[in-house]
Amino acid sequence: MNKNYDVVIVGCGTSGAAIAFTLAQYDLKVAVLERENDVAMGTTRANSGILHAGYDPEPGTLMAKLNVRGVAIAKELSKKLRFAYNPVGSLVLAFSGHDLKTLKTLKARADANGVKDCRILSKEEVQQMEPMVSEDVIAALYAPSAVCSPWEFCLTMAETAALNGTEILLETEVVGISRENGKDGNAGDAGNWKVVAKQTSWPNGPANAPKVEEITLTTRFVVNAAGLAAEKIHDMAAPHSFSIKPSRGEYYLMDKAEGFRARHTIFQCPDENGKGVLVSPTVHGNLIVGPNSEEIKNNDYSTTAGGMAFVRKSAVRSVPSIDFRNNIRNFAGIRARSTSKDFIIEEAKGAPNFIDVAGICSPGLSAAPAIGEYVTELMAGKGLKLIKKPGELKLYKEPHHFKDLDAEQKNALIARDPSYGRIVCRCESITEGEMRDTFNSPLPPRSVDGIKRRTMAGLGRCQGGFCGPQVVKLLAEYMGVTEDRIVQDKAGSWMVLRREDA
Amino acid sequence: MYDLIVVGGGPAGLAAAVKARECGLKKVLIVERSLQLGGILNQCIHNGFGLTYFKEELTGPEYAARFIKQVEGTDIEVRTDTMVLDITPDKTVHMVSPTLGYRAEQTKSIILAMGCRERARGALSIPGTRPAGVYTAGAAQKYVNIDGYMPGRRIVILGSGDIGLIMARRLTLEGAKVLACVELNPYSSGLNRNIVQCLNDFNIPLYLSHTVTNIQGESRVEKVVVSQVDDRTKAPIPGTEIEFECDTLLLSVGLIPENELTRDAGIALDPRTKGAFVYENMETSMPGVFACGNVLHVHDLVDFVTQEAQRAAEAAAEYVLKGQPSRENIIDVRTAGGVTYTVPQQICPENLKDEVRVFFRINRVFGKSEIVAKLGDKEIKVFKKPFMIPGEMQNVSIPAELLAGTHEDLTIEAREVTEPAADNGEVAK
Repeated sequence: MNKNYDVVIVGCGTSGAAIAFTLAQYDLKVAVLERENDVAMGTTRANSGILHAGYDPEPGTLMAKLNVRGVAIAKELSKKLRFAYNPVGSLVLAFSGHDLKTLKTLKARADANGVKDCRILSKEEVQQMEPMVSEDVIAALYAPSAVCSPWEFCLTMAETAALNGTEILLETEVVGISRENGKDGNAGDAGNWKVVAKQTSWPNGPANAPKVEEITLTTRFVVNAAGLAAEKIHDMAAPHSFSIKPSRGEYYLMDKAEGFRARHTIFQCPDENGKGVLVSPTVHGNLIVGPNSEEIKNNDYSTTAGGMAFVRKSAVRSVPSIDFRNNIRNFAGIRARSTSKDFIIEEAKGAPNFIDVAGICSPGLSAAPAIGEYVTELMAGKGLKLIKKPGELKLYKEPHHFKDLDAEQKNALIARDPSYGRIVCRCESITEGEMRDTFNSPLPPRSVDGIKRRTMAGLGRCQGGFCGPQVVKLLAEYMGVTEDRIVQDKAGSWMVLRREDA
Repeated sequence: MYDLIVVGGGPAGLAAAVKARECGLKKVLIVERSLQLGGILNQCIHNGFGLTYFKEELTGPEYAARFIKQVEGTDIEVRTDTMVLDITPDKTVHMVSPTLGYRAEQTKSIILAMGCRERARGALSIPGTRPAGVYTAGAAQKYVNIDGYMPGRRIVILGSGDIGLIMARRLTLEGAKVLACVELNPYSSGLNRNIVQCLNDFNIPLYLSHTVTNIQGESRVEKVVVSQVDDRTKAPIPGTEIEFECDTLLLSVGLIPENELTRDAGIALDPRTKGAFVYENMETSMPGVFACGNVLHVHDLVDFVTQEAQRAAEAAAEYVLKGQPSRENIIDVRTAGGVTYTVPQQICPENLKDEVRVFFRINRVFGKSEIVAKLGDKEIKVFKKPFMIPGEMQNVSIPAELLAGTHEDLTIEAREVTEPAADNGEVAK
């Protein structure tokens, strides 16, 4: 197998998906290679889901520029691509005179970065806007930020790209990148890259022995959006120039019954470790609390007793009444920080047309759509021809959100397909019909968590306790395998065994 | 217009519907979200059900079948595969099903019988990774007993609640290796007979005063770490870690009444039981809406669920046929001395017929003790108890005449009777 591409993107997290989405409007042959069995499987799926206003990054940095531009595009995209978005706004709390100085610095940065509508609030204003906030607060900085579902954001961009001709190859891990020189034999001319990848398929379901095949793609441009693996991918193609310094953050995700504790995303003053522990409503109405920040050696997604205790202690400083008994899930995410303070978005030295998109830590989610534009312009400057496809982008529209329909619409839908009358996920009221719809989407799910990311089934308070077995059954039916072949999440995460195998 | 809609077709809903019909309600509807009636009993294929109510030992499906047969012999309407989405204060029940679509049905009374769900990993915040293979005991029970699959090969169970104990035996009989049952408290929260029959008989070690302090595994569970805890603070004691190589962790760490519908309907909930506040006739804060079974408070024996459901049904029938009972004089039922909650939480003494049965739990193991019922400071009745554990629900029956005309709150207090000999050697002679 050998194919010619204009651009090969390595990694389908939010950055990779945003770049693929931006390129999808042009007449180009693009492939995205993703190691995992779904998009959004790294940093994207485990973060705070905040679209930051842009007061935090140092003025003049790429972070500042792309954050402010990115959230402006994200707001429009949320309507166009229909991912959940809520402009809740954020508050940075001040507890001391020192904090108050920080607020003023942040406000000045907001002005320098061109963020509008930021203002410093008095204690009374804060208490009025956020009734559950600590008595000890003396002031706060308000900023017009939003919350979104990060994996939906990524998924909808990837789905749109796929629908418009981008090849998204899942379970395809890049193992080698080499330069194929052009006609005159000099590195640095308009030669091509050869990307070798191992592609895994599961003829009998993902819990079974896989079939692994090596594929080679020839491409003019390579975009390295590999997140935590960006250093490894860079070093395959270019001399070593940066390192990834993974930093873990642990979270509490609380029941919707706890959602009323915060109306805005509530931060404390940032320090050298980042933006600190936040308390925020999620876009789905839960309460999210976290993260801490801990440098780790390997990509260990463990939560720890110490980390969670720190998160609890920090969070109650902002909102003292949080009831942690309403927790439904703890998780850890890993920030793909790098040795650079700013995002690394540039052509790698000594590797023409190999574009690094690395060190995309916070505000990476906010910046993503702008990263897509920026990388596209960067490649255009190096000779990538951008010819708009005729007509509008095709958009994937999830067929139905049962919950949001009125009685008449519900009945019409059930009359057409009775599976919309069967609620499988009780906590989030998700019907069997909506789960079946995902099987016909541009990027169908391959795991139980894949269905969760597409429908929210299993995201609620029972965490799949009731619907899990039914979801496994549906997925097995769709994949044409028995239930013991179904995985919860990544390859190897089998859920049940046949009696004879136990 | 229905006389009664029963939400949930498990043991509580079945008994309630049958009783309400017997009491003269004509148009009764049971709404059940599963494909069959019977609720969680359908997956409880072990025996031990019915000893109190039927005076014989039945399996879960057999117990359910007795009531399903009774329902089938009546004109009670049953809608399975139907989910109630909403209950509004005008007593309209909104529901959806594949066959009937979306319906809003009006009714004169409602019995809430939705049961409960299991606490999941998040409720405990167990540190570690998030691999597949961490199941609630009930989910594992469904896989084994209904779907015919095994949840894993090498299993550790956290929590010694009854479902966990039953699953230890069940999985052992199915060929899995159950390595340990781990309990945070210094006593089991399960029935004693289950400790003997499900753990001891199979040499499965029970680690009291221990908990799971870490879960490891990248895709599937590979290891869990168990540590001893301080009995007072419940904090893990460093240096006591035991590692179990296993592929599955089952959680049997408590049940939570499933009251999202109740809360959304604006009915007052008791934070202690996580169920509705009810009066002596099982009526909630919303007139004509009654609650019974595990949605009201978590029971350990289905027999008591049945009886509670029947009381709720009698009251619903009375409400529909005779109207709302007087709520002029309401006394609260308070707790003291290790009693954690009561059901009912409120009583109108003038509505009592012969007696009021007060159900409650205690928060620790009690030896020989007394349950004291007080009106204000005055003791009105004392009940002797030889032994009480938190895992077994207690009840006392207070004659109506003792409460007649009172405006004082009723207090239910548990106190241990100290034996002179055990207390002080000098006195013992």
